Amino acid sequence: MPTRVIAGKTVEVDAEGFMVNPNEWNEAIAIELAKEEGIEELTPEHWKVINFCRQSAGATGKAPTLRTITAGTGISTKELFALFPKGPAKKVARIAGLGKPEGCV
Amino acid sequence: MTEGNRHIAFICSKGNLDMAYPALVMGWAALGNGVDVTIFFTFWGLDLINKHRVDHLELPPVANTSMKMNMMGIPGNLGIPNLVGVLPGMTALATKLMKDKMKALGVPPVREYLQMLVDGGAKLYACKMTVDMMGLTMDDFVEGVQGIVTASDFIDMTEGAQIIFI
Repeated sequence: MPTRVIAGKTVEVDAEGFMVNPNEWNEAIAIELAKEEGIEELTPEHWKVINFCRQSAGATGKAPTLRTITAGTGISTKELFALFPKGPAKKVARIAGLGKPEGCV
Repeated sequence: MTEGNRHIAFICSKGNLDMAYPALVMGWAALGNGVDVTIFFTFWGLDLINKHRVDHLELPPVANTSMKMNMMGIPGNLGIPNLVGVLPGMTALATKLMKDKMKALGVPPVREYLQMLVDGGAKLYACKMTVDMMGLTMDDFVEGVQGIVTASDFIDMTEGAQIIFI
């Protein structure tokens, strides 16, 4: 598995750039990955989504789907697409240090 | 719509409950991956955006060879005989079975799914010819439908898009 340095830390990533081991993730990594995804600043709403995803993945072992995120955070679909424009499903999972979300809704 | 972005257009021509989902599921996946989505509803597909019909889509068990008795817990490959399928109430039963299965999987009903797609930025259009044929107006459609367009308009607005006919 390839590795790369994000925010000064060497982490394992897969071929698509998703982190392999969620335990290697930290907030500084999230900030840097967000910038790579075109999100300059992570607001409290962004963190609400990211933290929910990490909790959900910690409990279930997989990254939550968008519908799980909207249901779990109270953040609407519209807001979620505004917070993570152009492809929130992959972006959120990548920034949260999780694999690609499994499940279709 | 972003210039140069990947764009998928779905043409929904069927109004049966099982045929409502392909565009919804794939369209939602596309939006989640940052792909632009346009959905054109034509012929029976207009039922999916017709606010009087969307909650009453059905699945008929007649001549549906893939629908086996195992949906009702009877193991094996036993089909539903067509002669049984025509009995009153069988369409309602098949519809309920499918809705229950979808619900158990956490799949939203069609109306809610459409709203998710609209909120995620999908553009929904109704086919003008069918709208005229069925005597419908914009007032008959769920919120979020952008307009009634001709086939020619659809061809124009999907230049460069990948088109999926359902």
